[in-house]
Amino acid sequence: MIKFTNVFKAFPKGGLALKDVSFHIAKGEFVFLTGHSGAGKSTVLKLVYADEPVTSGEVRVSGFNPADLRPRDVPMLRRRLGIVFQDFRLLEDRTAEENVAFALEVTGARRSSIAARVMRVLTQVGLAAKAQAYPRELSGGEQQRVAIARALVNEPSVLLADEPTGNLDERATRGVFQLLRDINASGTAVVMATHDLDLVRQAPYRVIELQEGALVYDSAVDESRDQAATP
Amino acid sequence: MNLTIREALLAFRRAPLLSALSVTTIAFSLFVVGLFGLVAVNLQDALRGVAERVEIVAYLLPGTPIEPITLATKDIEAFPEVQSATYVSEDSALARARAELVEFRDVLQELERNPLPASIEVKLRPRFRDADHVNDVAERLRGFGFVDDVRFGRDWVEKLDRLRQVAAAVGLVVGAAFAVVAIIIIGTTIRMAVLQRSREIAIMRLVGATNGFIRRPFLLQGAIKGMLGGLVAIGLSYGAYTLINRWLIQASFFSNEQAVAIVGFGTLIGLFGSAASVGRHLRRV
Repeated sequence: MIKFTNVFKAFPKGGLALKDVSFHIAKGEFVFLTGHSGAGKSTVLKLVYADEPVTSGEVRVSGFNPADLRPRDVPMLRRRLGIVFQDFRLLEDRTAEENVAFALEVTGARRSSIAARVMRVLTQVGLAAKAQAYPRELSGGEQQRVAIARALVNEPSVLLADEPTGNLDERATRGVFQLLRDINASGTAVVMATHDLDLVRQAPYRVIELQEGALVYDSAVDESRDQAATP
Repeated sequence: MNLTIREALLAFRRAPLLSALSVTTIAFSLFVVGLFGLVAVNLQDALRGVAERVEIVAYLLPGTPIEPITLATKDIEAFPEVQSATYVSEDSALARARAELVEFRDVLQELERNPLPASIEVKLRPRFRDADHVNDVAERLRGFGFVDDVRFGRDWVEKLDRLRQVAAAVGLVVGAAFAVVAIIIIGTTIRMAVLQRSREIAIMRLVGATNGFIRRPFLLQGAIKGMLGGLVAIGLSYGAYTLINRWLIQASFFSNEQAVAIVGFGTLIGLFGSAASVGRHLRRV
């Protein structure tokens, strides 16, 4: 699904954002990407959604190699991904419903099918009642739910979430995290970058930890090695 | 396409102030171009009116029989440069002089013999009313055996030529300068509109919008703004024209084609201005 092989990424002004990072995320997996700010979590996600090119090494995302994509094909890759950010990134002058519908409209989806699909995902994230609300009328947690609905409406195989709970209070954090778990339970892979270790400890998911651009811990690899080392 | 139109119109509704501001800016930029255009148009008209009076008169030898003159007049009218050639007999020359030169009426009354020669008066077609063609035709008229002398006010025609050249050069340079200023101002205005929505553009890209999808509403919107600006500019110019006409001088307004050209100019600047700003923006982010 997502495979990094010896990936290096240089900062434009020198220095390395990622140093020799390799991992493989399988279909349907839930993975925490942890590390301090600046450790390279967002860079990993940006390489996945082809916002930036790798410096060396190879990235593969559901069959695509972002490095081989022509700029005009990048949107096709992004439509197979759902992306959620800490700051929600909703269009302020559109209602919740319109924000979600927009992600379908850009794909050229049939208009007749859009309304129903939008209502379905809004129901899924628990915001059907607030479909007509503008982002400013919604709480942080609700805005993030709209963003998640928008990410889901194209039925992506992977949901990328960059600090999705970073701007939320504890209650909203729990709600959004539960929603991401539910989404994963229905088969969508979720890659969640976070530095909230409480969340990470709450769930039995795989953890990939970055430190200054290097992958220092991958529970999938290290635990099996630990187990193998234990007689 | 449908969606493009909807998105373009939504942008007007969502940012009415900025949209109105861009349309106003475009309108006033084009208004300045339009005012200059009005000056140019009226100057052209005035010069054309003056050029109307360019005339070549071939004076005939006394006693020339009428038949060869009639034939020659037909020949002259067949010259490609010539619009009309009119024979003026000695008698009608005298009658005209009596009518026009009132001060000399007494002198003209007492004449025993008509001192005025017969002539052929030649008017040229509008685009041949310059020194070169006038000289050329005059030279040919001299070729007729019964032509005594040819007059056309050489100095005057040459001055008119110079005036026309100066007017055209000034018109071109000043007009181009105004047009460039208008293009820059309008381009900046449209760029502001694009920058104001840069966050939105970034989000569109994240959810997988193609560049074309993002660009199209902007282009349409730019074209609409340019067109509205052009229409307002025509309106303002008409207002200015009405005032000038009432208080200053009799002036003429743009022809329909010229008005359409101004609106079209606005539309094109709006379209290409948007294409340039959005293109630059899309390449950068």
